[in-house]
Order: sequence, then C-alpha cells, then structure tokens
Amino acid sequence: MMGSENPGFEEAHLFASREGMESLVLDDPLTTHHPNNNNNSYSSFRSANSSISESTRHPLSPPVLSNPADSDPLLSPPVYRNPNASDNNSYIEPPSYADVIFSPFDDNSANEINRIDSTSKDPDSSLSLSRSSSSSSDYIKITVSNPKKEQETANSLVPGGNTYYTYLITTRTNIPDFGSSEFSVRRRFRDVVTLSDRLAEAYRGFFIPPRPDKNVVESQVMQKQEFVEQRRVALEKYLRRLAEHPIIRLSDELKVFLQVEGRLPLSLSTDVASRMLDGAVKLPKQLFGESTAVVAPHEVVQPAKGGRDLLRLFKELRQSVANDWGGSKPPVVEEDKVFMEKKERIHDLEQQISNASQQAEALVKAQQDMGETMGELGLAFIKLTKFENEEAMYNSQRVRAADMKCLATAAVKASRFYRELNAQTVKHLDTLHEYLGIMLAVHGAFADRTSALLTVQTLLSELSTLHSRAEKLEAASSKIFGGEKSRNHKIEELKETIRVTEDSKNVAIREYERIKENNRCELERLDKERRVDFLNMLKGFVVNQVGYAEKISDVWTKVAEETSGYARDS
Amino acid sequence: MEQQRSVSGSVQSPRSPSSQPYLSVSVTDPVKLGNGVQAYISYRVITKTNFPEYQGPEKIVIRRYSDFIWLRDRLFDKYKGIFIPPLPEKSAVEKFRFSAEFIEMRRQALDVFVNRIASHNLLQQSEDLRTFLQADEETMERLRSYETGIFKKKPADLMQIFKDVQSKVSDVVLGKEKPVEESNPEYEKLKHYVFELENHLAEAQKHAYRLVKRHRELGQSLSDFGKAAKLLGACEGQALGKAFSDLGAKSEALSVKLQKEAHQLLMSFEEPLKDYVRAVQSIKATIGERANAFRQQCELAETMKLKEINLDKLMLTRSDRVGEAEHEYKELKAASEEATKRFETIVRLMNEEIVRFQEQKTREMGIAFHEFAKGQARLANSVADAWRSLLPKLEACSSA
Repeated sequence: MMGSENPGFEEAHLFASREGMESLVLDDPLTTHHPNNNNNSYSSFRSANSSISESTRHPLSPPVLSNPADSDPLLSPPVYRNPNASDNNSYIEPPSYADVIFSPFDDNSANEINRIDSTSKDPDSSLSLSRSSSSSSDYIKITVSNPKKEQETANSLVPGGNTYYTYLITTRTNIPDFGSSEFSVRRRFRDVVTLSDRLAEAYRGFFIPPRPDKNVVESQVMQKQEFVEQRRVALEKYLRRLAEHPIIRLSDELKVFLQVEGRLPLSLSTDVASRMLDGAVKLPKQLFGESTAVVAPHEVVQPAKGGRDLLRLFKELRQSVANDWGGSKPPVVEEDKVFMEKKERIHDLEQQISNASQQAEALVKAQQDMGETMGELGLAFIKLTKFENEEAMYNSQRVRAADMKCLATAAVKASRFYRELNAQTVKHLDTLHEYLGIMLAVHGAFADRTSALLTVQTLLSELSTLHSRAEKLEAASSKIFGGEKSRNHKIEELKETIRVTEDSKNVAIREYERIKENNRCELERLDKERRVDFLNMLKGFVVNQVGYAEKISDVWTKVAEETSGYARDS
Repeated sequence: MEQQRSVSGSVQSPRSPSSQPYLSVSVTDPVKLGNGVQAYISYRVITKTNFPEYQGPEKIVIRRYSDFIWLRDRLFDKYKGIFIPPLPEKSAVEKFRFSAEFIEMRRQALDVFVNRIASHNLLQQSEDLRTFLQADEETMERLRSYETGIFKKKPADLMQIFKDVQSKVSDVVLGKEKPVEESNPEYEKLKHYVFELENHLAEAQKHAYRLVKRHRELGQSLSDFGKAAKLLGACEGQALGKAFSDLGAKSEALSVKLQKEAHQLLMSFEEPLKDYVRAVQSIKATIGERANAFRQQCELAETMKLKEINLDKLMLTRSDRVGEAEHEYKELKAASEEATKRFETIVRLMNEEIVRFQEQKTREMGIAFHEFAKGQARLANSVADAWRSLLPKLEACSSA
C-alpha cells in the first residue's frame, strides 16, 4: 500500500483535512489534542460534552463542531501541540535546535537533516491560522495493525525454525519530506529496537520516548494472541510518540523506518555480549601498543558504555571514581546552576506524578466498583420485582413491586453512567501515566549529558598525563646527547597521540555543549507542553465528572419524586 | 421522639387529645457499661401513654439487649400466630468493638422493635410489655435470669410436655415417621412465597451492604487522590499548581460527603432491608408454630379417636375400667378441642397478619427507597457542584 492512490483523492483528502483542522482548532477550547486518543475516544468524549450542553447547565458548552472530523476517519486532531486558544504567538523553533542535529556516522545525512529543519522552520506555511503554530498544520498519523507470523528463511538450522511476527505500519502524513501522503511497511520488533538504538545515538540530549519492553518472559507466559495484541498497541503508542516529537519526527531514522520497504536500512545493534567480546579481543593489543590506545574524535561522540572500546571504558570508569573519591576537583564540572535546579525539580515532579498516577488508578478502581455494585443491586431488585408480581396475593405487593422496579431501573441506569464516567476518567488521567514515560526519556537525556561530561573529563585527565609524560621524555633526552633514536621516536609518537587526543577533546567538548543545549531546549518544551497537557487533563476530568454527576442526579431525582408519597413530614 | 423509623405513627402521637388512647415508646441514650467481656450497652426506654393499665402517663426505665430478647421470647410464646417484630442479631463479634455506628444501628432497631409492638392492636395489650416498660431494674434482672435458667418452663407448660411426649409415643405406635402437614394449597403458596422471599431479600441486602462499602472506598480514594493532587500542585507551582491544589481540595471535600452518604445509606436503606429479612425469618418461626399446632391437633384427634374406640370396646365388655377410660376420654376431648381452637386461632391471626405485613412493608420500603433516591441525588448534586466550581478557574488558567 505504498505510494499514493489516485491524486484526486489525495488532494481532496488534504483539502478536507485542512478545513477539518481549522474548525477543530478554532472552535473547541476543550478538545484534547493528545494524539494517542484514537477517534473513538475522541468522539465519545465530545458526545459527553455535547450532551452536557444539551442540558444547558454547563457554563462552557462547546459550540457544535463541524463534521469533517467526524466523518473522515483519516482526520485526526493535530498531532503537534496546540497551544492555548488565545495565544497569538506561533511556536517558533529556537534557533539552536536546528543546528544541533548531527549524525556522526553519515556525512550526507547531516545536510539532509538541516535541510529538513529549514523547511520546518517555515512558519505558517500552508495555513493562515493566526493563532495556530506552524506545525499544527503538519501531521503524521501512524497505525500499527495486521500482525502476521513469518518464518526466518535464511540460516534456519532447524526446519520450521525461528518464527517471528511482523506488523503492518501505515503512515498518513502531509509533511512534504516524506514524498508521499500514505505508505505502509512491514516491520518486526527487532527493527523497532534498532530504530530506538539508532535514535539514542543520534539524538543525545533529547527526550526520546522509551521504546516498548522486550518482555521475553511474559511472551512465554501469556497467550500468544494476547501478547501480540499487547505488543501491537505498545508499538503504535511508541511510534506515535516519536511522531509527536518536533525533532525526531523529521529524523532520517524514523523516515526510513516508516517508508523503506523490505529490510530496514539501519545498522543493526549488536548485543552486549558480542560487543564485550570484540572489546576483549582488542584490549590486549591496545595495552601492548599494537592497536590504537587513543580515542578517535569520531568515537568520542558516543558514550564509552555500550561501545567496543574496553580500554576507553576503563579509563572513564577510573575518572568517575576519581571524581567521586579523589582529592582534587575534576578539570571540568557541571556548573550550570539553572540546570541543576531544574534537575532537582524534575526529580521532585517525577515523584509527585508517580504518586498521583497511583492514586488515580485507585480512584478509577473505586469508581468501577461503585458502578458494578450499583448494577448488581439493581438486578437484585429486578428479580424481587418479578417475584412479587408473580406471587402477588395482595395489592400492596403490586405497589411495592412497582416501587422496586422504579428503583431498580434507576440503579441500573446509574450503574451504566458510573462505568461510562470511568472509561472517560481512565483516558484523562492516563496523561499522568504518559508523563511517567516521558520522565524516563528525561533521565536518558540527563544521562547523555553526564556521560558526555565524563568523556571530556577523562580526555582532559589523559591529556595532562600525556603532556607530563612528554615533558619527562624531553627532559630526559635533552640530558643525554645523541639520545636514543628509539626515545625520539617515542616522543614523536607521543606528540602524535597528544594531537589526536586534543582533537578528540575538542570534539568531546563540542558534543557536550551540544547535548547541554539539547537538554535546555527540551526542558523548555517539556514545561510548555506539560502545562498544556495537564491543564487539558484537569479540564477533561472535571468536565467529565460534572456531566455524569448531573446525569446520575437526574435519574435519582426522578425516583425521589415518584416515591415522594412516602416522604414523612419532617 | 426519633424521626426515622418509628412506626407508631398511625397510633396516636403524644400531642393528640387525651381522649384518644396512645402508647408511644422511645429507646434512647445508649451508654456503655461494664468492662471487657462483660461490657454491655444500656438504653433509656421512655414510655408515654394514657392506657389505663399503665402506672402513669410517663415512665423511664433502663434496659439492656437481653431484656428485649426476654420480651420477644415471651410474646412469641403467648401470641402464636402473630408475626413478632424481629430483633437485631446478637452479634458476638461486633459487640467487642462496639463502634459508634454499631451502637446507633442497634438502638434504631430496638426502637423500631418496641414501637411495632406498641402499635399492634393485640400485642400492645400484653402484660409482658407492661412489665418490660415499667418494671424496675432488679425485677427485670430477676425475670431475665429466670428465663435463661433451667426452670424455663412454667407449670402450665408441663401439660404441654406431657402431650408432646404422648404424641411422640403415638407416632411410634402408629408407625408414623413423617410429620403431619396441612394440605392447604393457598397456605402452601404462602409458605413457598415466604421462603423464596427470604432468599431474594438476603441478596438485595447483601448488595446494599456492599454499596455502602463502595461509597466508603470511593470516599477514601478521593481523599488520597486529592492529597496527591495537592502535592503535585505544590511542586508545579504557578497557575497550573494552583489548579492542581484547587482540584485536590475539592476532591478531599467530596470525600467527606461520600463518607456521610455512606452512613446515611447504611441507616436508611441497608438497615431497613436487613430488618425486612429478619421480619421474614420471624414469619418462618410463626410458620413453625402453626405446623406444631397443626400436628398436635391431628395427633390429639387421632388419639381421641383411638380412645373412643377403646372406650366403646370397654363399654361393650362392661369392664370396670370404663369409668377411668371415660374420664381419660373426656380429658383428651377437651385437650383436642383446645388444640383445634389454638390451631384455628393461629390460622386466623396469620391471615390478618399477612395482610398487615404486606402493607407495612410496602410503606416501609417506600420510605427506604425514597430516602435512598434522595441521598443519591443529593450526593450527585454535591459532586456536580464541587467540580463545576473549578471550571472557571481552569478556563482562566488556559487563557492566561
């Protein structure tokens, strides 16, 4: 299903989507723009809203939304954040963001990416919405579906050997860089791991959404069908989150993952064991000076951990121990006070979000139980009603049966309302759970910063060691005339090593600064988006509660009226 | 005079002109006395009446739960055929805890119990009731312990024991294993109805009790959620932080309302349902009594017939035991007639009672349903009002 269908359809769809977008963005201040809602939840939330406005008690009854959003399944609420309604500033990318994306492995990609960025920087490209952001017109909608069992064809030692599942990943987008508005590929979970690893390498310092777990144990415990479905849902969520991220959505890695059919053209991640093995093989050569013991500049942009260079790993480990336990201060330290404060605050925030998320779960369970028990009570009374009617010997029984029926019907209705209320509550409070995932991404980004700093520190220490060694050697050779040829040779080698290490150090510093800047921008983005998301969550939650409480009240008020004959004079 | 559950309404209130006979009772002021295992609750029982048989217009006595049991047992003995109002369960476990709620539930149930007796046209004449309402505490204690002693049976009942033994013997003699039962189809229908009704009511009551628990749980979770929201608000700060804090405060306020409603639900809905179940159990006890009376009547009638045959035989043979046999026969005939009368009284009373019972229950359940619906509506309105009050602030936050 790659490529476009007939062009007319494509255009019409684009046109419709724009209109849909306009009306969506303009009219409804209460729209949840969280793209993880699928259309169903969106429409039922809106229907809850519209029925509220029917009862004319709601001070904020939303105006009637135009139809395209309803009828066209292709339309989704804008993927990117819609800042508050009356905000007139378009969301302009901070300039530093654009410079920062840098893929160390591929020289071409650096240019490509920058080009993409410049396009995205173009504000208000197609739409003339005064208050919307430039990116609110862009969207990427990703669906994961159709899991299929496939066989590992090559290298199967065992006949009927490795089977695995692939998933159909369908993308609909109007971002021009993709070159097409709708396309699909089949991917397996291993590909997702690869994507995630490549993104982590390329986008150090960014808050990259964490990928779904491998869940090896559970896959054996759970029913296969259940597991596959769970994984499908998780994959969809993950890819949608990636598409929400303003920088990552335009990354090569993601583009290639979503579009290129057949084998995924990203370098595979090797497992930890193989890497360690490679490193172990190299280590003796490094120690005996046969292989290079110096970290090359291009290696320095990746953290030591997870690489093949064990020697480098040891050196950085030693540096980090010296940082913690050594007498002297390391050559460069984290000095950014603003950052450190923010880090503290993020840590605190994470704790509170986690706590709130737990209590939200408990609240949801309590609401669920209430609805269930109310329903059971209603059913019990319906049985009683039937019983009394069947066995009635006196009129008083029939009257009582009628009263019971009135109560039972109301209880069953109320029960249904509680359960609907709860389904909505789950969706709103889910934002809290989502942000716990985002906190993981934040940790990753901070870890990138720490490890980059460690690399710098290690290189600086190394340099100072090398320099003092060079000094010693030169001092020694100057004392003895006609110094050993080998010693001169050694000095030359050392000087070369120092040169390379200097280069690496500069690259490492640049990388560190880059990551710091990424951290800063991401923190800013996080604050802005979190504010909007949480406010929407609160509003959604509250509106939902009000709506259903009113419905439940109506149901019981009617019963109270119908039984008012029994009311005692107080 | 308690508002809630007294059913004495139809019998005159204390304020009506003194020419109208009235008897109204209230059970109040529970006080915990004694220590540890011996601890018990005492209640003040206040009687206001113009019945001539009573000592005066007002009397206050102190009674405990076992006194109420005494009264019920006495009435059950004396007024066979009448559905004696039920008492709350003995509940050995909860007694130790004696929570405020338990004490209030029990007090309410005892109040209802006495008032039902006081408003029943036959039961209100009972001498035992008068004793209960007026006797001093020592007399009451003596009577109470006498009842539970081995001398429970009074002389009048010895005749009963004799007859019971006799009927058992004649059963064996006549080779009858199965107890004799009425073959009245309408009565069969009633029995079936009563037994089925108990099952249905018990289920409804179970769910009602669970619903009370759910209210409490929801209240607790709202309280916890509110606290968490407040903490999150403190961390966030600024407008968003304030929004969280406000939400948290509302959540905690609603939690209080839910706990209150849970209590209301318990007292005005769940307890009446439980009372209904107990009432049905009391009817079952009366059904048992009726079965006993019927059996006795049958057996005495059988025995009498046998004696008659025997007497005729003796008369034919001009035996000198004729006189003795005649005497025995006369006695048996009297007992048989009495048993028949007893049985017929039970049947008559039961027929009246069942009508009264159905009407009373329709009324009481109607009230309970009304209170339930009112409570739920009240709660839902509070919830809507509380959350609604947040909306303008939240709107202000977004546009800020």
